[in-house]
Amino acid sequence: MKNRINQLFETKKENILSVYFTAGFPKLNDTIEIIQELEKNGVDLIEIGIPFSDPTADGPTIQHSSETALKNGMSLHLLFDQLKNIRQSVKIPLILMGYFNPIMQFGVEEFCKKCKETGIDGAILPDLPLEEFEVQYKEHFTKNNMHNILLITPQTPEARIRQIDGASGGFIYMVSSASTTGAGKKVEDFHQDYFERIQQMNLRNPRLIGFGISDHATFANACKYAGGAIIGSAFVKELQKCTEIQKCITGFVQRVRKSD
Amino acid sequence: MKYDINEKGYYGEFGGAWIPEMMFANIDELKRRYLEIIESPEFRKEFDQLLKDYVGRPSPLYFAGRLSEHYGTKIYLKREDLNHTGSHKLNNTVGQILLAQKLGKTRIIAETGAGQHGVATATVCALKGLKCVVYMGALDVQRQASNVKKMKMLGAEVVPVHSGNKTLKDATNEAMRDWINNPEDTHYIIGSVVGPHPFPDMVARFQSVISKEMKIQLLEQTGSEFPTRIIACVGGGSNAAGAFYHYLNDEQVELIGVEAAGKGVETSETAATLLVGSPGVLHASRTMLMQNADGQITEPYSISAGLDYPGIGPLHAHLFKTGRAKYIAATDEEVLQAALLLTQREGIIPALESAHALAALDKIKMKPDDVNVINLSGSGNKDMETYLEYFGY
Repeated sequence: MKNRINQLFETKKENILSVYFTAGFPKLNDTIEIIQELEKNGVDLIEIGIPFSDPTADGPTIQHSSETALKNGMSLHLLFDQLKNIRQSVKIPLILMGYFNPIMQFGVEEFCKKCKETGIDGAILPDLPLEEFEVQYKEHFTKNNMHNILLITPQTPEARIRQIDGASGGFIYMVSSASTTGAGKKVEDFHQDYFERIQQMNLRNPRLIGFGISDHATFANACKYAGGAIIGSAFVKELQKCTEIQKCITGFVQRVRKSD
Repeated sequence: MKYDINEKGYYGEFGGAWIPEMMFANIDELKRRYLEIIESPEFRKEFDQLLKDYVGRPSPLYFAGRLSEHYGTKIYLKREDLNHTGSHKLNNTVGQILLAQKLGKTRIIAETGAGQHGVATATVCALKGLKCVVYMGALDVQRQASNVKKMKMLGAEVVPVHSGNKTLKDATNEAMRDWINNPEDTHYIIGSVVGPHPFPDMVARFQSVISKEMKIQLLEQTGSEFPTRIIACVGGGSNAAGAFYHYLNDEQVELIGVEAAGKGVETSETAATLLVGSPGVLHASRTMLMQNADGQITEPYSISAGLDYPGIGPLHAHLFKTGRAKYIAATDEEVLQAALLLTQREGIIPALESAHALAALDKIKMKPDDVNVINLSGSGNKDMETYLEYFGY
């Protein structure tokens, strides 16, 4: 079967909305409902965060959701358990996002196998650098039809962007500005020249822009320069103050999708 | 060489640069340039001059007569406690501030546990007129109030970190986040032989002055540059790395690292990473870690804030794995007694960290003619409150 991420980007070229949430937050067993509601409301792709005790690339919002999720008892084993039957109800691509250590302890090969069994299409592991991935782990990903989604930033040199493009499958995660997640810098403030520079590089992979996307304005602006954008911290904040998941998600996605 | 890093920044299976892409440009620049810079004659000259006139090196190698008598062997103390700011930490920050200047950086960040590295960083920032931000766990800010005030007086901004256990690990997380958010003007002065390549190697090189001097001083005082053994405490492991450095390939010299057992290695309140940990990735390095079965980092505990860290420098993980160095652990209780013994036998009050190395003397079989060198990494000034409270003076 073709990887669902590739299917998505073949059929949809613009305004792709990807949403991140931390598994086990706000409550341990919210995972499935959140995924189903996001799909129902027209989200194109979902990044399920595996909580880690030391999320060094994340700002306060995702630090907090990770800490709560761990206190709630979330673990990678439990997450795979929760997701066991997810493909009976959900069709859109699913990606697991997390730090490397929990996956290393789980076993990278085992992790990839489990992803395939579960119907997970890719992983974003910010602290697994390209070099280590290529040498040690690529074969496990390839064997299990899994994409390893790599990041680029405004500081990534051109030669390295080419290298990352060559090694990527699925899409490239374009970090909008040098920051941790949820840093609150607005996309309008970002280097437009960076977006344009990347756009003109004619990379073979499609791109999604993440970090600093929080509402319709930032989403729409990012969509001018890439296939779509990723929302993380803003959605986690929404869940944090939410009493009824269904309503919150419908409202949130509607607000992002169209201006008010 | 067997104990050097390879071209990818690994000591055997440990090390590397497990960085998020957001840190790539900074780490890549460091990786490409650090050796060329720190080995240039111009840098060496400036560094050596500052070590001599500003830090106060060479630090004495002191034959501790009454302590030797007590243990029935020969004990020498490498007096890093006599350095300016009271510990070995300044060796590294002096080196890194010069490097930061060569790289054109104008803003310095650092993490600190006990505050010794924070003070050493704030000190060199004052010396060079660079902006300085120090991240410190909120709990440590409370525990080490006088060092916080020192840093502020030196002109540094001290940012209390409220995440996690509010200690060294969390301060390190926050410093890394700062670096991600400020990728252009900022240099991160990591305080130990931890973090992504090239930090472990770079910090070890700056600290290696300890064993370089030791060789000269031992030759003068004992007629041989080779002691029987060298003993040093290990948290991240920078003072031990410096004390072992020039002896790594002299296999006849026994190297002993002493970890913080806290309330005991069999309890959950410990910081003895090598003795209770397993391989993993934290703070951008593949090393030994204290973690649970799910790969979540567990909270360390030690009476000494400077050793209260759930990881360890990859060099030590490698020396442990290969057996080149031996690692043991000392409990809070043993450490306090060892500190008191040194105080009353030699008139030297050691830092709680360094007292871990002293506590090892009760655990090792020593012959009368053995030459034992203890790296006395820091002064006990910062720990007076703990000592006074415990001993009830």
